[in-house]
Amino acid sequence: MSIINKTYSTFLSIFPVIILFMSVLTNSKYNFTYDENYLSFNISYIIIFFWTLKRPEYFGYGFIFFAGILNDVIQNNPLGISSIEYLSICVLTGFVRTRIILQNIIYDWVFFLISILIVGSINYIITVYIFSIPIIYDSLLLGLFATFLIYPFLAKILGWIDNIVQKSINDKKNK
Amino acid sequence: MGRDDFIISARSVFLNKGNRQKFSLLTLIIISIIILSLEYFKSGPINQFRMITKDIIIKSSYVVSAPFKSISKTYSSLIDHFNMYDEYEKLKIAETKNKNLTLENIFFKEENRRLKKLIDEKNLYNEEFYVTKVLLDQKSPYLRSLLINKGFKHGIKLGAAVRSGSYFIGKVVDSNYLTSRILLISDLNSKIPIIIEPGSISAILSGSGNNKLGEIEYLPEKNNIEAGGIVYTSGSDGVISSGIPIGKIVLDNNQPKIDYFADFTQINFVKVYYKK
Repeated sequence: MSIINKTYSTFLSIFPVIILFMSVLTNSKYNFTYDENYLSFNISYIIIFFWTLKRPEYFGYGFIFFAGILNDVIQNNPLGISSIEYLSICVLTGFVRTRIILQNIIYDWVFFLISILIVGSINYIITVYIFSIPIIYDSLLLGLFATFLIYPFLAKILGWIDNIVQKSINDKKNK
Repeated sequence: MGRDDFIISARSVFLNKGNRQKFSLLTLIIISIIILSLEYFKSGPINQFRMITKDIIIKSSYVVSAPFKSISKTYSSLIDHFNMYDEYEKLKIAETKNKNLTLENIFFKEENRRLKKLIDEKNLYNEEFYVTKVLLDQKSPYLRSLLINKGFKHGIKLGAAVRSGSYFIGKVVDSNYLTSRILLISDLNSKIPIIIEPGSISAILSGSGNNKLGEIEYLPEKNNIEAGGIVYTSGSDGVISSGIPIGKIVLDNNQPKIDYFADFTQINFVKVYYKK
Protein backbone atom coordinates (compact mmCIF):
# COMPACT_ATOMS: atom_id res chain seq x y z
CA MET A 1 0.00 0.00 0.00
CA SER A 2 2.83 2.37 0.88
CA ILE A 3 4.39 1.75 -2.55
CA ILE A 4 1.13 2.80 -4.20
CA ASN A 5 0.98 5.94 -2.03
CA LYS A 6 4.60 6.74 -2.80
CA THR A 7 4.05 6.30 -6.55
CA TYR A 8 0.92 8.42 -6.35
CA SER A 9 2.77 11.22 -4.50
CA THR A 10 5.67 11.12 -6.98
CA PHE A 11 3.21 11.21 -9.86
CA LEU A 12 1.45 14.23 -8.37
CA SER A 13 4.72 16.09 -7.76
CA ILE A 14 5.72 15.70 -11.41
CA PHE A 15 2.17 16.21 -12.65
CA PRO A 16 2.75 19.85 -13.81
CA VAL A 17 5.70 18.69 -15.93
CA ILE A 18 3.60 15.84 -17.36
CA ILE A 19 0.86 18.31 -18.36
CA LEU A 20 3.44 20.52 -20.07
CA PHE A 21 4.94 17.63 -22.03
CA MET A 22 1.52 16.31 -23.00
CA SER A 23 0.48 19.73 -24.27
CA VAL A 24 3.70 20.04 -26.28
CA LEU A 25 3.70 16.51 -27.70
CA THR A 26 0.03 16.44 -28.61
CA ASN A 27 0.13 19.93 -30.14
CA SER A 28 0.59 22.97 -27.95
CA LYS A 29 -1.67 25.09 -30.10
CA TYR A 30 -5.34 24.23 -30.01
CA ASN A 31 -7.17 25.75 -32.91
CA PHE A 32 -10.70 26.41 -33.86
CA THR A 33 -12.28 28.46 -36.59
CA TYR A 34 -14.73 31.22 -35.88
CA ASP A 35 -16.18 33.29 -38.71
CA GLU A 36 -13.33 32.23 -41.02
CA ASN A 37 -10.74 33.35 -38.47
CA TYR A 38 -8.36 30.86 -36.91
CA LEU A 39 -7.99 31.20 -33.19
CA SER A 40 -5.21 29.27 -31.55
CA PHE A 41 -4.57 29.01 -27.84
CA ASN A 42 -1.04 28.42 -26.73
CA ILE A 43 -1.67 26.26 -23.68
CA SER A 44 2.06 25.85 -22.98
CA TYR A 45 2.42 29.58 -22.27
CA ILE A 46 -0.33 29.38 -19.66
CA ILE A 47 1.04 26.22 -18.01
CA ILE A 48 4.58 27.61 -17.80
CA PHE A 49 3.43 31.04 -16.62
CA PHE A 50 1.13 29.61 -13.98
CA TRP A 51 3.54 27.12 -12.45
CA THR A 52 6.72 29.18 -12.61
CA LEU A 53 4.81 31.97 -10.89
CA LYS A 54 3.15 29.84 -8.22
CA ARG A 55 5.42 26.87 -7.64
CA PRO A 56 8.75 27.15 -9.47
CA GLU A 57 10.17 24.44 -7.19
CA TYR A 58 8.04 21.78 -8.95
CA PHE A 59 8.74 22.98 -12.45
CA GLY A 60 12.41 22.59 -13.41
CA TYR A 61 13.83 25.03 -15.95
CA GLY A 62 15.61 22.10 -17.60
CA PHE A 63 12.24 20.48 -18.34
CA ILE A 64 10.93 23.76 -19.75
CA PHE A 65 13.97 24.02 -22.02
CA PHE A 66 13.49 20.45 -23.21
CA ALA A 67 9.76 21.03 -23.78
CA GLY A 68 10.72 23.96 -26.01
CA ILE A 69 12.98 21.74 -28.10
CA LEU A 70 10.18 19.15 -28.48
CA ASN A 71 7.76 21.88 -29.53
CA ASP A 72 10.18 23.17 -32.16
CA VAL A 73 10.63 19.73 -33.70
CA ILE A 74 6.88 19.12 -33.85
CA GLN A 75 5.98 22.61 -35.09
CA ASN A 76 8.92 22.69 -37.56
CA ASN A 77 10.37 25.84 -36.02
CA PRO A 78 14.12 26.45 -35.99
CA LEU A 79 15.35 24.50 -32.94
CA GLY A 80 15.68 26.72 -29.88
CA ILE A 81 12.98 29.35 -30.56
CA SER A 82 10.37 27.86 -28.24
CA SER A 83 12.98 27.23 -25.54
CA ILE A 84 13.89 30.92 -25.63
CA GLU A 85 10.19 31.86 -25.53
CA TYR A 86 9.44 29.57 -22.61
CA LEU A 87 12.54 30.60 -20.67
CA SER A 88 11.65 34.27 -21.28
CA ILE A 89 8.34 33.61 -19.54
CA CYS A 90 10.32 32.12 -16.63
CA VAL A 91 12.50 35.26 -16.50
CA LEU A 92 9.43 37.49 -16.40
CA THR A 93 7.66 35.43 -13.74
CA GLY A 94 10.91 35.39 -11.78
CA PHE A 95 10.89 39.20 -11.74
CA VAL A 96 7.28 39.25 -10.58
CA ARG A 97 8.04 36.79 -7.78
CA THR A 98 10.82 38.98 -6.43
CA ARG A 99 8.56 42.07 -6.48
CA ILE A 100 5.08 40.92 -5.48
CA ILE A 101 4.22 39.49 -2.08
CA LEU A 102 0.47 38.97 -2.39
CA GLN A 103 -0.77 37.43 -5.59
CA ASN A 104 -4.10 38.14 -7.15
CA ILE A 105 -5.73 36.75 -10.30
CA ILE A 106 -6.23 40.20 -11.87
CA TYR A 107 -2.55 41.19 -11.40
CA ASP A 108 -1.52 37.79 -12.74
CA TRP A 109 -3.81 38.16 -15.75
CA VAL A 110 -2.52 41.63 -16.64
CA PHE A 111 1.04 40.50 -16.16
CA PHE A 112 0.33 37.43 -18.29
CA LEU A 113 -0.76 39.76 -21.10
CA ILE A 114 2.48 41.74 -20.83
CA SER A 115 4.51 38.52 -20.76
CA ILE A 116 2.90 36.94 -23.84
CA LEU A 117 3.22 40.21 -25.75
CA ILE A 118 6.95 40.27 -24.98
CA VAL A 119 7.29 36.57 -25.86
CA GLY A 120 5.23 37.07 -29.05
CA SER A 121 7.56 39.91 -30.04
CA ILE A 122 10.60 37.70 -29.44
CA ASN A 123 8.98 34.99 -31.58
CA TYR A 124 8.20 37.49 -34.36
CA ILE A 125 11.69 39.04 -34.35
CA ILE A 126 13.50 35.69 -34.45
CA THR A 127 11.17 34.08 -37.01
CA VAL A 128 10.78 36.98 -39.43
CA TYR A 129 13.98 39.00 -39.08
CA ILE A 130 16.57 36.31 -38.34
CA PHE A 131 15.19 33.27 -40.17
CA SER A 132 13.09 35.15 -42.79
CA ILE A 133 10.08 32.84 -42.29
CA PRO A 134 6.88 34.73 -43.14
CA ILE A 135 4.08 34.60 -40.58
CA ILE A 136 0.71 36.35 -40.49
CA TYR A 137 1.11 39.09 -37.91
CA ASP A 138 -2.66 39.40 -37.34
CA SER A 139 -3.00 35.68 -36.63
CA LEU A 140 -0.10 35.78 -34.19
CA LEU A 141 -1.69 38.70 -32.35
CA LEU A 142 -5.14 37.09 -32.44
CA GLY A 143 -3.68 33.86 -31.04
CA LEU A 144 -1.98 35.74 -28.21
CA PHE A 145 -5.19 37.59 -27.45
CA ALA A 146 -7.18 34.31 -27.40
CA THR A 147 -4.55 32.82 -25.06
CA PHE A 148 -4.89 35.91 -22.83
CA LEU A 149 -8.67 35.53 -22.71
CA ILE A 150 -8.68 31.91 -21.57
CA TYR A 151 -5.99 32.43 -18.92
CA PRO A 152 -8.38 32.93 -15.93
CA PHE A 153 -10.33 29.75 -16.76
CA LEU A 154 -7.25 27.61 -17.20
CA ALA A 155 -5.59 29.23 -14.19
CA LYS A 156 -8.60 28.16 -12.14
CA ILE A 157 -8.25 24.55 -13.34
CA LEU A 158 -4.49 24.57 -12.82
CA GLY A 159 -5.02 26.10 -9.35
CA TRP A 160 -7.35 23.24 -8.53
CA ILE A 161 -4.73 20.71 -9.70
CA ASP A 162 -2.11 22.57 -7.67
CA ASN A 163 -4.25 22.27 -4.55
CA ILE A 164 -4.47 18.50 -5.01
CA VAL A 165 -0.68 18.29 -5.50
CA GLN A 166 -0.03 20.44 -2.40
CA LYS A 167 -2.46 18.44 -0.32
CA SER A 168 -0.73 15.22 -1.28
CA ILE A 169 2.72 16.64 -0.50
CA ASN A 170 1.56 17.97 2.89
CA ASP A 171 -0.04 14.64 3.76
CA LYS A 172 3.25 12.93 2.92
CA LYS A 173 5.17 15.32 5.18
CA ASN A 174 2.74 14.87 8.07
CA LYS A 175 2.99 11.08 8.03
CA MET B 1 12.20 50.23 -8.43
CA GLY B 2 15.71 51.46 -7.59
CA ARG B 3 18.65 50.59 -9.78
CA ASP B 4 20.22 48.42 -7.08
CA ASP B 5 16.94 46.60 -6.50
CA PHE B 6 16.67 45.91 -10.21
CA ILE B 7 20.21 44.51 -10.35
CA ILE B 8 19.55 42.31 -7.31
CA SER B 9 16.31 41.03 -8.91
CA ALA B 10 18.07 40.37 -12.22
CA ARG B 11 20.88 38.46 -10.48
CA SER B 12 18.35 36.46 -8.54
CA VAL B 13 16.30 35.61 -11.63
CA PHE B 14 19.10 34.79 -14.05
CA LEU B 15 21.80 33.28 -11.86
CA ASN B 16 20.18 31.73 -8.78
CA LYS B 17 19.30 28.12 -9.32
CA GLY B 18 16.67 28.21 -6.60
CA ASN B 19 15.12 25.34 -4.77
CA ARG B 20 15.30 22.03 -6.70
CA GLN B 21 16.47 23.71 -9.92
CA LYS B 22 19.47 22.06 -11.58
CA PHE B 23 20.22 24.80 -14.12
CA SER B 24 20.16 28.58 -13.94
CA LEU B 25 17.98 30.44 -16.45
CA LEU B 26 20.99 32.22 -17.94
CA THR B 27 22.74 28.91 -18.72
CA LEU B 28 19.66 27.51 -20.45
CA ILE B 29 19.02 30.70 -22.45
CA ILE B 30 22.64 30.64 -23.65
CA ILE B 31 22.28 26.94 -24.62
CA SER B 32 19.06 27.78 -26.51
CA ILE B 33 20.81 30.56 -28.43
CA ILE B 34 23.68 28.19 -29.31
CA ILE B 35 21.19 25.56 -30.55
CA LEU B 36 19.37 28.23 -32.54
CA SER B 37 22.61 29.38 -34.17
CA LEU B 38 23.33 25.75 -35.19
CA GLU B 39 20.31 25.99 -37.53
CA TYR B 40 22.68 27.58 -40.04
CA PHE B 41 24.52 24.24 -40.44
CA LYS B 42 22.44 22.37 -43.00
CA SER B 43 24.85 19.47 -43.55
CA GLY B 44 27.51 17.43 -41.78
CA PRO B 45 27.37 15.70 -38.39
CA ILE B 46 25.29 18.46 -36.76
CA ASN B 47 22.59 17.97 -39.37
CA GLN B 48 22.72 14.18 -38.94
CA PHE B 49 22.38 14.52 -35.18
CA ARG B 50 19.46 16.90 -35.68
CA MET B 51 17.74 14.45 -38.03
CA ILE B 52 18.08 11.56 -35.58
CA THR B 53 16.77 13.76 -32.74
CA LYS B 54 13.82 14.82 -34.87
CA ASP B 55 13.03 11.20 -35.78
CA ILE B 56 13.00 10.17 -32.12
CA ILE B 57 10.84 13.12 -31.05
CA ILE B 58 8.36 12.72 -33.91
CA LYS B 59 7.92 8.99 -33.23
CA SER B 60 7.48 9.65 -29.48
CA SER B 61 4.97 12.37 -30.23
CA TYR B 62 3.02 9.94 -32.41
CA VAL B 63 2.83 7.42 -29.55
CA VAL B 64 1.82 10.04 -26.97
CA SER B 65 -0.84 11.63 -29.16
CA ALA B 66 -2.36 8.27 -30.19
CA PRO B 67 -5.06 8.20 -27.45
CA PHE B 68 -6.09 11.79 -28.26
CA LYS B 69 -6.25 10.93 -31.93
CA SER B 70 -8.44 7.91 -31.26
CA ILE B 71 -10.86 10.08 -29.24
CA SER B 72 -11.12 12.55 -32.10
CA LYS B 73 -11.55 9.65 -34.56
CA THR B 74 -14.38 8.18 -32.49
CA TYR B 75 -16.09 11.58 -32.39
CA SER B 76 -15.77 11.97 -36.18
CA SER B 77 -17.17 8.49 -36.82
CA LEU B 78 -20.10 9.26 -34.52
CA ILE B 79 -20.87 12.43 -36.47
CA ASP B 80 -20.52 10.48 -39.75
CA HIS B 81 -23.01 7.94 -38.44
CA PHE B 82 -25.61 10.65 -37.78
CA ASN B 83 -25.08 12.14 -41.24
CA MET B 84 -25.25 8.78 -43.00
CA TYR B 85 -28.66 9.17 -44.62
CA ASP B 86 -27.94 12.64 -46.08
CA GLU B 87 -24.62 11.40 -47.36
CA TYR B 88 -26.30 8.38 -48.98
CA GLU B 89 -28.72 10.64 -50.88
CA LYS B 90 -25.86 12.83 -52.10
CA LEU B 91 -23.78 9.82 -53.08
CA LYS B 92 -26.61 8.37 -55.16
CA ILE B 93 -26.64 11.49 -57.32
CA ALA B 94 -22.84 11.67 -57.40
CA GLU B 95 -22.53 8.06 -58.51
CA THR B 96 -24.57 8.66 -61.66
CA LYS B 97 -22.35 11.60 -62.56
CA ASN B 98 -19.24 9.56 -61.77
CA LYS B 99 -20.24 6.76 -64.14
CA ASN B 100 -20.44 9.26 -67.00
CA LEU B 101 -17.16 10.88 -65.98
CA THR B 102 -15.37 7.53 -65.80
CA LEU B 103 -16.33 6.75 -69.37
CA GLU B 104 -15.23 10.23 -70.46
CA ASN B 105 -11.99 9.80 -68.55
CA ILE B 106 -11.19 6.51 -70.31
CA PHE B 107 -11.80 8.18 -73.65
CA PHE B 108 -9.58 11.20 -72.83
CA LYS B 109 -6.79 9.01 -71.45
CA GLU B 110 -6.76 7.00 -74.61
CA GLU B 111 -6.80 10.13 -76.74
CA ASN B 112 -4.01 11.69 -74.67
CA ARG B 113 -1.83 8.58 -75.06
CA ARG B 114 -2.39 8.59 -78.81
CA LEU B 115 -1.55 12.30 -79.15
CA LYS B 116 1.58 11.96 -76.99
CA LYS B 117 2.71 9.17 -79.27
CA LEU B 118 2.15 11.44 -82.29
CA ILE B 119 4.39 14.23 -80.89
CA ASP B 120 6.87 11.69 -79.54
CA GLU B 121 6.75 13.00 -75.95
CA LYS B 122 8.62 10.98 -73.36
CA ASN B 123 7.40 10.58 -69.85
CA LEU B 124 9.99 12.42 -67.75
CA TYR B 125 8.56 11.41 -64.42
CA ASN B 126 8.10 7.96 -63.07
CA GLU B 127 5.05 6.96 -61.08
CA GLU B 128 6.82 5.21 -58.22
CA PHE B 129 5.25 6.05 -54.92
CA TYR B 130 4.96 4.97 -51.33
CA VAL B 131 1.67 4.97 -49.53
CA THR B 132 2.63 6.22 -46.09
CA LYS B 133 0.88 6.84 -42.83
CA VAL B 134 0.50 10.36 -41.52
CA LEU B 135 2.06 10.42 -38.06
CA LEU B 136 1.06 13.93 -37.04
CA ASP B 137 -0.64 16.86 -38.65
CA GLN B 138 0.34 20.29 -37.49
CA LYS B 139 -2.10 23.15 -37.65
CA SER B 140 -1.71 26.70 -36.57
CA PRO B 141 -2.92 29.97 -38.05
CA TYR B 142 -0.10 29.93 -40.60
CA LEU B 143 1.47 26.50 -40.45
CA ARG B 144 0.09 23.56 -42.41
CA SER B 145 2.27 20.49 -42.49
CA LEU B 146 2.13 16.72 -42.09
CA LEU B 147 4.69 14.36 -40.65
CA ILE B 148 4.91 11.01 -42.42
CA ASN B 149 6.38 7.64 -41.66
CA LYS B 150 9.01 7.51 -44.43
CA GLY B 151 12.36 9.26 -44.69
CA PHE B 152 15.45 9.38 -46.90
CA LYS B 153 16.17 5.76 -45.97
CA HIS B 154 13.20 4.95 -48.24
CA GLY B 155 14.44 7.18 -51.08
CA ILE B 156 12.28 10.19 -50.30
CA LYS B 157 13.93 13.41 -51.36
CA LEU B 158 13.27 17.08 -50.83
CA GLY B 159 10.69 18.50 -53.21
CA ALA B 160 8.95 15.14 -53.86
CA ALA B 161 5.28 15.48 -54.79
CA VAL B 162 2.66 14.21 -52.36
CA ARG B 163 -0.89 13.23 -53.24
CA SER B 164 -3.96 12.36 -51.28
CA GLY B 165 -5.92 10.04 -53.55
CA SER B 166 -5.49 11.60 -57.00
CA TYR B 167 -5.06 15.15 -55.77
CA PHE B 168 -1.86 17.07 -55.20
CA ILE B 169 -1.59 18.21 -51.58
CA GLY B 170 2.00 19.32 -51.08
CA LYS B 171 5.66 18.51 -51.26
CA VAL B 172 8.39 17.15 -49.00
CA VAL B 173 10.33 19.97 -47.34
CA ASP B 174 12.28 18.11 -44.68
CA SER B 175 13.51 14.55 -44.93
CA ASN B 176 14.92 12.84 -41.83
CA TYR B 177 16.21 9.27 -41.69
CA LEU B 178 12.84 7.64 -40.92
CA THR B 179 10.34 10.50 -41.11
CA SER B 180 9.63 13.43 -43.42
CA ARG B 181 7.69 16.65 -43.26
CA ILE B 182 5.24 17.62 -45.99
CA LEU B 183 4.44 21.27 -46.53
CA LEU B 184 0.80 21.41 -47.57
CA ILE B 185 -0.23 23.68 -50.43
CA SER B 186 -2.39 25.63 -47.98
CA ASP B 187 0.66 26.65 -45.91
CA LEU B 188 1.60 30.31 -46.02
CA ASN B 189 5.11 29.43 -47.27
CA SER B 190 3.94 27.15 -50.09
CA LYS B 191 4.44 28.33 -53.71
CA ILE B 192 3.54 25.86 -56.47
CA PRO B 193 3.66 26.49 -60.24
CA ILE B 194 0.24 25.73 -61.70
CA ILE B 195 -1.65 25.74 -64.95
CA ILE B 196 -5.29 26.71 -65.19
CA GLU B 197 -7.56 25.04 -67.72
CA PRO B 198 -9.23 25.97 -70.01
CA GLY B 199 -6.80 28.46 -71.49
CA SER B 200 -3.53 26.92 -70.22
CA ILE B 201 -2.81 29.95 -68.04
CA SER B 202 0.35 29.64 -65.98
CA ALA B 203 0.49 31.09 -62.48
CA ILE B 204 1.70 30.38 -58.96
CA LEU B 205 -0.49 28.91 -56.26
CA SER B 206 0.27 30.45 -52.91
CA GLY B 207 -1.09 29.09 -49.64
CA SER B 208 -3.10 31.48 -47.54
CA GLY B 209 -2.48 29.81 -44.19
CA ASN B 210 -5.96 28.31 -44.00
CA ASN B 211 -7.47 25.21 -45.55
CA LYS B 212 -10.16 27.04 -47.47
CA LEU B 213 -9.00 28.93 -50.55
CA GLY B 214 -5.59 29.24 -52.19
CA GLU B 215 -4.32 32.51 -53.66
CA ILE B 216 -3.26 32.81 -57.30
CA GLU B 217 -0.17 34.93 -57.97
CA TYR B 218 1.59 36.13 -61.13
CA LEU B 219 -1.49 35.88 -63.32
CA PRO B 220 -1.19 37.57 -66.72
CA GLU B 221 -2.90 40.99 -66.71
CA LYS B 222 -5.27 39.94 -69.47
CA ASN B 223 -6.77 36.62 -68.52
CA ASN B 224 -10.11 35.01 -69.01
CA ILE B 225 -10.26 32.92 -65.88
CA GLU B 226 -13.75 31.87 -64.97
CA ALA B 227 -15.23 30.10 -62.01
CA GLY B 228 -15.16 26.34 -62.47
CA GLY B 229 -11.77 26.22 -64.21
CA ILE B 230 -9.56 23.34 -63.11
CA VAL B 231 -6.11 23.90 -61.63
CA TYR B 232 -3.28 21.41 -62.23
CA THR B 233 0.41 21.34 -61.37
CA SER B 234 2.38 22.74 -64.30
CA GLY B 235 5.58 20.81 -63.60
CA SER B 236 7.64 23.84 -64.61
CA ASP B 237 9.84 23.52 -61.50
CA GLY B 238 11.15 20.24 -62.93
CA VAL B 239 10.50 18.33 -59.71
CA ILE B 240 6.75 17.87 -59.51
CA SER B 241 4.98 16.02 -62.34
CA SER B 242 2.65 18.05 -64.51
CA GLY B 243 -1.09 17.56 -64.70
CA ILE B 244 -1.86 16.58 -61.12
CA PRO B 245 -5.25 18.07 -60.21
CA ILE B 246 -5.22 20.55 -57.33
CA GLY B 247 -8.57 22.29 -57.24
CA LYS B 248 -11.06 24.42 -59.08
CA ILE B 249 -11.42 28.16 -59.54
CA VAL B 250 -13.99 29.98 -57.44
CA LEU B 251 -14.63 33.71 -57.29
CA ASP B 252 -14.21 35.32 -53.91
CA ASN B 253 -15.12 39.04 -54.02
CA ASN B 254 -14.57 38.86 -57.79
CA GLN B 255 -11.04 37.60 -57.22
CA PRO B 256 -10.19 34.15 -58.59
CA LYS B 257 -9.16 31.76 -55.83
CA ILE B 258 -8.54 28.02 -55.68
CA ASP B 259 -10.90 25.69 -53.89
CA TYR B 260 -8.81 22.59 -53.12
CA PHE B 261 -10.11 19.17 -54.13
CA ALA B 262 -8.42 17.46 -51.18
CA ASP B 263 -9.85 17.74 -47.71
CA PHE B 264 -6.78 18.47 -45.60
CA THR B 265 -8.55 17.66 -42.35
CA GLN B 266 -9.24 14.05 -43.33
CA ILE B 267 -5.83 12.85 -44.47
CA ASN B 268 -4.59 9.64 -42.86
CA PHE B 269 -2.50 8.18 -45.68
CA VAL B 270 -0.66 9.92 -48.50
CA LYS B 271 1.19 8.90 -51.65
CA VAL B 272 4.77 10.19 -51.77
CA TYR B 273 6.39 10.03 -55.19
CA TYR B 274 10.08 9.27 -55.49
CA LYS B 275 12.65 8.78 -58.20
CA LYS B 276 14.37 5.40 -58.50
